[in-house]
Amino acid sequence: MAPFNSQYAEPNFMYKYDQYDQKLVDERVEQYRDQTERYLAGGISEEEFLPLRLQNGLYVQRLAPMLRIAVPYGLMSSHQVRKLAHISRKFDKGYVHFTTRQNIQLNWPKLEEVPDILAELASVEMHAIQTSGNCIRNTTTDQFAGVANDEIEDPRPWCEIIRQWSTVHPEFAFLPRKFKIAVCGSEEDRAAFLLHDIGLQLVVNDAGETGFQVFAGGGLGRTPVIASSIREFLPKEHLLTYLDAILRVYNRYGNRDNKYKARIKILVRAWTPAVFAERVEAEWAHLKGGPATLNGTEIDRVTSFFSQPDYLSVNETAVDNDIKALAAGSIGFSRWLDRNIRPQKQPGYVSVTLSLKPAGVAPGDVTDRQLETIADLADRFSFGEIRSTHNQNIVLADVAKADLFELWELAKTSGLATPNIGTINDMICCPGGDYCSLANAKSIPVAEAIQRKFDDLDYVYDLGDLELNISGCMNACGHHHVGHIGILGVDKKGEEWYQIQLGGSANKNAALGKVLGPSLSRDAVTDSIEKLLDVYVENRLDQEAFLATYQRIGIEKFKQRVYGTAS
Amino acid sequence: MAQLLKDGHAIENSWQTVAAEETTFPAGDILVSLDHWREHKAELTKHSGSVGLWIQGNEEIEAVVDTLIKMPVIAVVFPKFADGRGFSIARLLRERYDYQGEIRAIGNIIRDQLYLLQRCGFNGFELEAGIDLTEAAKSLQDFSDAYQVAVDQPVPLFKRR
Repeated sequence: MAPFNSQYAEPNFMYKYDQYDQKLVDERVEQYRDQTERYLAGGISEEEFLPLRLQNGLYVQRLAPMLRIAVPYGLMSSHQVRKLAHISRKFDKGYVHFTTRQNIQLNWPKLEEVPDILAELASVEMHAIQTSGNCIRNTTTDQFAGVANDEIEDPRPWCEIIRQWSTVHPEFAFLPRKFKIAVCGSEEDRAAFLLHDIGLQLVVNDAGETGFQVFAGGGLGRTPVIASSIREFLPKEHLLTYLDAILRVYNRYGNRDNKYKARIKILVRAWTPAVFAERVEAEWAHLKGGPATLNGTEIDRVTSFFSQPDYLSVNETAVDNDIKALAAGSIGFSRWLDRNIRPQKQPGYVSVTLSLKPAGVAPGDVTDRQLETIADLADRFSFGEIRSTHNQNIVLADVAKADLFELWELAKTSGLATPNIGTINDMICCPGGDYCSLANAKSIPVAEAIQRKFDDLDYVYDLGDLELNISGCMNACGHHHVGHIGILGVDKKGEEWYQIQLGGSANKNAALGKVLGPSLSRDAVTDSIEKLLDVYVENRLDQEAFLATYQRIGIEKFKQRVYGTAS
Repeated sequence: MAQLLKDGHAIENSWQTVAAEETTFPAGDILVSLDHWREHKAELTKHSGSVGLWIQGNEEIEAVVDTLIKMPVIAVVFPKFADGRGFSIARLLRERYDYQGEIRAIGNIIRDQLYLLQRCGFNGFELEAGIDLTEAAKSLQDFSDAYQVAVDQPVPLFKRR
């Protein structure tokens, strides 16, 4: 790559810690360091240490501990990403994994070194607080926040306000179960917010004021549920008191006897969404207007961090013509433009998705070197800003069109330009049985076999938009319920089998997939996927996408092709 | 007997918790259940020592708050330290019902929860015998400030920045 100035420049479009934020993460590191030392010295039992380490991101997995690092709403600076590369080299095996909640996992850290890793993170305004455990987790949002054309309002300031409110919240550190919040600021849902414990949709009411429509009780896992609306319009200033009310009702009345019935979705369903909403309103009546009510000063303070980068003005027509000419001369570049580029608000600029799904690599995995390349590319082409996506890819949100060809060439060299975004090969996949102690089955080899099977790019493009999601167990970290095609690993008498589901969707018309039929052996999965795709290709009308064809013709034809019989 | 940490200091624990199934009360300071209080009110009113109430995390305190807030001590039982209902109970007692007496965490709590418990309004903590209370009390100071409104800080950080 051509030399350029990689000196850390403070990005002017993300939240910056002040002395309060910094002190809190520093004190958290010291708290956890002390806890780890006491644990290693035998002063804390295994059972007591469990929630302490989980709330600092540390799982103990099948092969080694796993550390989950928070990437608040998926936003990082190049400086932070370089630090992550350094951490992965110094404390791990030189690669990291991007998760479906925009976070990052290290797969091989040493338990006794975790406090040092957390200290390194704190030095770049990062942490692993509440990335696991029965507490409020990282708040997620749209990877195109702030640049999307269909945006009602930038959700990132709200995510940051929620981050601060939820961080070391005194009342909600020991909830019945984990608790996930997502904020959607746009027309189209790119945050799967209806599949969260709380989903917040920014809306404008009849008076022209922006606020939130509040949804509760969504989630995947063993009992997938799409969230229900519990409040049509919540004025912005009341966000935190209303969240406190929801969490308090859940903390007091959520099931604590059975972990599989402990998520808020079970409570919402048991009470009905209407009754749940009434209970929240009754609690909120006491909190509304109280000291936690937001004021304009704070909303403005947080919003001011997410300012626009210093865009250049561009002769868009000339640039478009240049790109067309380059695309005409390079099928690879042309395909990449088709799949990995997205228009954005600023004329002359686009958002670029760097694919973390080349064939042969576990979806979402990147090496330390690739992280550094991503940081370099971000500095050079996107104002030093990097975003992780819930689809386990990376977004450079603000790339000048004039730079696209050069960016593509550089990204390609580092294996980051696979032109497969939104295709069957851009699958969501959990770490599965290769790493996770919960998994019933491996998921990464299934993903790899599918990518190898469908390596003919012309065929993949012809299939068009197709979301294929794989989970190694019913905890559903790979979001199999909401894949157009979902694959679930199941255990049958000690053997790994796979169930296929069809018709799921994580967008605004969220839908849960239907089980196609009896589970299949791993060898049979790829062939069955091919049969499903054949049914689609034979039955589709014009440009109809897989999901639309499925919705039109139903599951029966697919079932017959795979199992050879009508049910 | 469990040790008592109160208002940041180790003090002698003069209190005995009377289990639900007991029907006689020992001399001295005692913590009794709401059922004890209802059924033996006359006797308990004349008790030689102080009388406080213990409640479970699932108590509908809204229904019994008039009784509770007259007590010098309300003890909230943690059946397991990971059962966080008591955190909400304490905040309600302090913030909604303006309870000024002692709120004591009893049962299964660990020192690493002290900071959060204190923020929610607990000022008494029963810790297992054998724990070094002076050492444990350090956990009350785990953080020097917090983002959220709570009993120990009614003004959110965003208004103090």
